[in-house]
Amino acid sequence: MSQHRVIVVGGGLAGLAAAARVAEAGLPVDLFSVVPVKRSHSVCAQGGINACNDVARQQGYSEYEHFDETIYGGDFLADQHPVLEMTNTAPRIIDLLDRMGVPFNRTHEGYRDLRLFGGSLFKRTHFAGATTGQQLIYALDEQVRRCESEGKVAKYEFWEFLRPVVREGRCVGIVAQDMRTMQVRAFRADAVVMATGGCGMVFGKSTNSVICTGAAAARCYRDGVWYANPEMIQVHPTAIPGADKLRLMSESARGEGGRVWVPRRPLDERAPRDIPESERFYFLEEKYPAYGNIVPRDIATREIFDICVNQGLGVNGGNQVYLDLTHKDPEVLSRKLGGILEIYEKFVGDDPRSTPMKIFPAVHYSMGGLWTQFTRGSYAPATPLPKHRSASPPPIDARPGQGMLPGAPNNMMTNVPGLYAFGEVNYAYHGANRLGANALLSCIFDGLFCGASVVNFIRNDAPAGNPAADLPPAEFDAGEKRERERMNALLGTVADGRPDEPATNPYAIGKELGDEMTAACTVVRTGPRLEQCLRRLGELGERFARVKLADAAAWSNQSFAYARAIGDMLVLAQAIARGALERRESRGAHYRTDFPDRDDATFMKATVARCDARGVTSVALDPIDASLIQPTARTYGKKDDRKDPGKAAPAAARA
Amino acid sequence: MAYAPPPSVPRRGAATPDRGVVFRIRRCDGPGKPSYWQEFEVAVPRNANVISCLQQIAANPVTAGGARTTPVVWDAGCLEEVCGACTMVINGRVRQSCSCLIDECAPREGDVVTLEPMGKFPVVRDLWVDRSRLFHGLARVRAWVPIDGTYDLGSGPREGPATQAERYVLSTCMSCGCCLEACPQFNLEPDEGRWETAFIGAHAISQARLFNEHPTGSQIKGERLDALMGPGGVSDCGNAQNCVKVCPKGIPLTESIAAVGRSVILHAIARFFRG
Repeated sequence: MSQHRVIVVGGGLAGLAAAARVAEAGLPVDLFSVVPVKRSHSVCAQGGINACNDVARQQGYSEYEHFDETIYGGDFLADQHPVLEMTNTAPRIIDLLDRMGVPFNRTHEGYRDLRLFGGSLFKRTHFAGATTGQQLIYALDEQVRRCESEGKVAKYEFWEFLRPVVREGRCVGIVAQDMRTMQVRAFRADAVVMATGGCGMVFGKSTNSVICTGAAAARCYRDGVWYANPEMIQVHPTAIPGADKLRLMSESARGEGGRVWVPRRPLDERAPRDIPESERFYFLEEKYPAYGNIVPRDIATREIFDICVNQGLGVNGGNQVYLDLTHKDPEVLSRKLGGILEIYEKFVGDDPRSTPMKIFPAVHYSMGGLWTQFTRGSYAPATPLPKHRSASPPPIDARPGQGMLPGAPNNMMTNVPGLYAFGEVNYAYHGANRLGANALLSCIFDGLFCGASVVNFIRNDAPAGNPAADLPPAEFDAGEKRERERMNALLGTVADGRPDEPATNPYAIGKELGDEMTAACTVVRTGPRLEQCLRRLGELGERFARVKLADAAAWSNQSFAYARAIGDMLVLAQAIARGALERRESRGAHYRTDFPDRDDATFMKATVARCDARGVTSVALDPIDASLIQPTARTYGKKDDRKDPGKAAPAAARA
Repeated sequence: MAYAPPPSVPRRGAATPDRGVVFRIRRCDGPGKPSYWQEFEVAVPRNANVISCLQQIAANPVTAGGARTTPVVWDAGCLEEVCGACTMVINGRVRQSCSCLIDECAPREGDVVTLEPMGKFPVVRDLWVDRSRLFHGLARVRAWVPIDGTYDLGSGPREGPATQAERYVLSTCMSCGCCLEACPQFNLEPDEGRWETAFIGAHAISQARLFNEHPTGSQIKGERLDALMGPGGVSDCGNAQNCVKVCPKGIPLTESIAAVGRSVILHAIARFFRG
């Protein structure tokens, strides 16, 4: 009898954690990645990873408060039980990473150092310099390399996921392509974990790596997997504008004391150091006395956007504000933020230790993703509790199993049995806005906690005598054939026309897609503009149907792979714009000037997008699990909201 | 850790916007195929880097002579010098192409930027090379902490800030391969069967030091030193010290080689007396 196997698609934090956990349970893993896993986008995460810790606990903080912050930060859109399990598990995840040898920054006495991060008044962010994501993925990469050397994991690097193989409603494998040889091949598995990250490339330039196209998620979506909250796209307040990408300037720069300001006088041409304190507008500190520069990302982004675009106060009249660290000790900055300061220095040429950085918001993270389910844990208050008072006793402790039932086979499984979604490609946990340093946590939590669910799904639910390896070949062959046809059709476009017309150039279509999505679907959205965006996406889709490649090579054809991904990104873009249009309220990262208030009665629900056979999106609103905390106005103690670029308090909460 | 500016900090040139720069690129259609040169003229805006120019070429693949050609293939990922993917040889020097600003490497109108694939790894196509051997080297020295598993067993060992700082620098190695490209002892070896005995290179030796210094990692120190004692191990280093000069992360590779060299000698002596 053949053995059961698991496929993991994606070798970032979520995929590596899943691979390690599943392999450890004795199931062989085939790990697919478009890059050597060590180069996955997780390396770009900078600031840190959140978890309650001994110091914060003695100041009154708790796992429960981390949970409350995450729900509040996400503007009450996330299902609450999974978030509770994640925040309760967080300290144990830090311990595990510590055992793996992650060089977390240390105090003089040798304990793990902590920093402040957005959305919390307690230091609860663990960090390794300012390259925490890199250090965490390296630790997991090393563990998976160990599994690989023991024969428990087989890596398929430079292989691109093309589609899930579904048989009788159940996922039994994937079709993938070797990006070097261009071989298209079906692989069998008894469960498939998608851990393919975000979709920043849909917006052209973003803080994401060039591999973050969202194409893998789009291919699942196109084949019947639901996609939830597509409209929830995080725009990070502080990035470095660049010709090829918008490089992230970590929130940790503000967590370590960085101050955001502009000259009070428009078009003030003086050098920043010549502008006295009294003539500087520290707008975040003035408007949000409690949180100051560490308000959550969506709020900081809208305030910066408002200062530059609406008030014309951007530095030198441009779309940029100062992020100032020059008042801090350069030695301390190097120790705690060295990695990101060097990035700024390398790409801009100024030393942030002596000159304030110039930054502007950029698309950063997708809270939305493939729709997933879960089994609730044991915690069930009679009615949802009011917002947790900071530093008051938590109603429950942090024992496992109160948020989600550990090992339940459906934890973070999509609507297709056997197909899971972990990490950024999973829509759970972050609601309408992700708090800084919660992403690394959710990725590793998914991989470890829900990796056990994958194992149990196979042990409990997979037909014991009939693993995927023994299934008849029909669906696998059909999947391979369809993808070969799709490839040959695209490669065949080279001979039949001039490839230099912008109308049919894949790079031109990709750029226009990015420009349109950035203009219509980021910081400020309106109904008419979103409708225009959907029409525009239709036009781009028509142009894509006539796309012409400049390279017909059947070997390592990168422009072919890029063009194919554009076709899938267009489908995902439609879901993002459609979701944004249908959500006629403002919540978290989703801000509609025509509907500036949060509307809990109608929209405290998940947008669930479904794709029909023609590739057309329809969306519905599904109820969420809000049984633990009552929604409240998400104000972060804002002082003056006359000039509020964000939303007013929701009517329900004011009453 | 005192702050010292890395060697590749760009110096601001007196560049004017959108000037013409010529890219001279060594191309190759696939393994076993001959390589050939092509030139492209690119209009570069201020603050452009090599990647943004390659993106322009991909979108409009026309040579300086006006001939239509295929888009140039290259490897890229994060574009902020933390993933290591886009490493290539630029104007004769190995480095990441994302952090190579045009104002720095070709400051004047009409300057030529030469791009070549790394020579110590087999070419896949154009500027894209296959660096599998690099990762094989990490497995060869067991570059991991042998933990008991991924379930909750409490925290790891305590560590002082000085040790952390030392380990952190070693742990920023992004497996880009610059140290191998620059090393006279590390040669192109397409035959996988010889990887176990060919010179492993500075990056893996430095990783062996990183894990030997970790309390749990040191449990298999002997296995790592065994791997570095034999052919292709630390004694193959010719002390050219090129590695440390080209490392984009400023990792003290020569210190690592010296430290591991000492450990290997002690290990060999101990083994001799133990029999």
